[in-house]
Amino acid sequence: MNDVQPSMRQQNRAQLLLLYFVLILLAVFMLVPFAWMASASLQLDKDVFRFPFRWIPTVPRWKNYELIWQRIPFLLFFANTAKLALIITFLQLVTSSLAGYAFARLDFKGRDIIFLGYIGTIAIPWQAYMVPQFIMMRKLGLYDTHLSIIILQAVSAFGVFLMRQFLIGIPKELSDAARIDGLGEYGIYARIMLPLSKPALATLTIFTFVGVWNDFMGPLIYFSSEKLKTIQLGLRMFISQYSAEYSLIMAASLVSLVPVFILFLFMQRYFIEGIASTGVKG
Amino acid sequence: MTASASKALKSNAIAYSFILPNLVIFAVFTLVPIAFAFALSFMKWDGANPMVFVGLGNFSRMLHDENFRISLLNTLYFVVGTVPTTLVFSLLLAVLLNREFVGRSFFRAAFFFPFVASLVAVSVVFNMMFFPSMGPVNNILRAIGVSNPPAWSASVQWAMPTVMMAYVWRSVGYYMIIYLAALQGVPHELYEAARIDGATPGQCFRKITVPLLTPATFLVTILLTIASFKIFDLVLVMTGGGPGRATNVLVYTIYDSAFLSFEYGYASAQAMVLFLIVLAITILQFRGEKKWVAYL
Repeated sequence: MNDVQPSMRQQNRAQLLLLYFVLILLAVFMLVPFAWMASASLQLDKDVFRFPFRWIPTVPRWKNYELIWQRIPFLLFFANTAKLALIITFLQLVTSSLAGYAFARLDFKGRDIIFLGYIGTIAIPWQAYMVPQFIMMRKLGLYDTHLSIIILQAVSAFGVFLMRQFLIGIPKELSDAARIDGLGEYGIYARIMLPLSKPALATLTIFTFVGVWNDFMGPLIYFSSEKLKTIQLGLRMFISQYSAEYSLIMAASLVSLVPVFILFLFMQRYFIEGIASTGVKG
Repeated sequence: MTASASKALKSNAIAYSFILPNLVIFAVFTLVPIAFAFALSFMKWDGANPMVFVGLGNFSRMLHDENFRISLLNTLYFVVGTVPTTLVFSLLLAVLLNREFVGRSFFRAAFFFPFVASLVAVSVVFNMMFFPSMGPVNNILRAIGVSNPPAWSASVQWAMPTVMMAYVWRSVGYYMIIYLAALQGVPHELYEAARIDGATPGQCFRKITVPLLTPATFLVTILLTIASFKIFDLVLVMTGGGPGRATNVLVYTIYDSAFLSFEYGYASAQAMVLFLIVLAITILQFRGEKKWVAYL
């Protein structure tokens, strides 16, 4: 028994080393596009495709990061996207948590059938009804306005589902006690349920914000004037207009990733919990 | 009696005030368009002239439309090419990360980050890496003796595999998370018991992990298949459906019919095909879930 322990520990250590080796290899594979993007963004166009590639540029060209803001109205695109992302995220949080509370806790006529209606549409791909949606928006005179995308994305079946699932798990005794203390439904929602549902709200925030930030097809269909365009459309415009300015494209791409990267660093946990608990987004 | 009825009415009114902001927008901009899409698939309409009812005309037109057939075949090719690969890699990553060790959360973040990175940025980097004449991938291939490396997204034969690679690379992290969550439900004692009995890690994987993960694998397969059928953005940005029609997928054809050719009726009929495919997969999921719900 005594000599089994050390050999098993040795075997464990060998396994751990092998694990690290495999993981590092995989991580390199997954991250190399980003590393190349970052490195190439600081070089001259002619050095981007240099072989063998120089990972650390001898003289980093920080100027690339100045130039991108001058070539196209990149700052405007940034501001547009931030505006859309903030407004839509806020509206999603409000509308989803309100509806989620009603579906989770209130008893009313038609509740189950309406909820089923929400759930049913999760299975219907947006691409199947984007055409009539577009026609309706155009009829309403909202084509080529930010309002079109704001309205379309202010509510989502995913948000309602997420909030309802979370709120249903909060002990009923809490709201019952509050009701006895004379709190109405609005009060229970605002003072008890909202503070308790922070994790779900955080998950919804990050999903919505990142979704809007990265959305490409929505803005592509709805925005035609340059002054309305978002970062993804702007990046695409940049790529087609300056197709040979490789390092500038890399710099612009990298800049477009920064907000999502920061959010990801700090709120990764909520992302992971959201996927693990619903598995429906994406 | 009247008092309780009016009380019920009041509580209904309060409940509706909670869902109304959401429900109004949802009904007008999701439910109505869905019904509209269904109706439109039996019409011929360019958006300007009056609608004409054509019955199943759009659907019979699809049967003879070579472009549509190609896009359907391309989509199937894409699904077959990406679903098993993504599944295997995401399972592998999850199993590797399913234990406590220093740096675990770093690796998890590294594998997951491509999924949240914007598609436009990701596809431009991919295209540059796979640039036929001077991209790093072909430079490396040439250096190791491949005299005539593929032209990747610029070649009819390789364009689709290139898009598939980008897709798998981007998606594995997401499904890895689902697998990691499912692995939480596999009791550690099983592995300990197996190891005491002298089982190798490979045997543990095959005899414990894989069977116990069947429900998760089923869920991942369904989610992946649906997502792959809906592929569009990546194709649009990486190849624009080309070269020729090599990467022309179903949603690309819908997009093209509606927003470039202004055939709204025909586009909606094509969208119905996508809907029916997704519906069929979803029904399959419900059936399967009933069967496997005990494990979940």
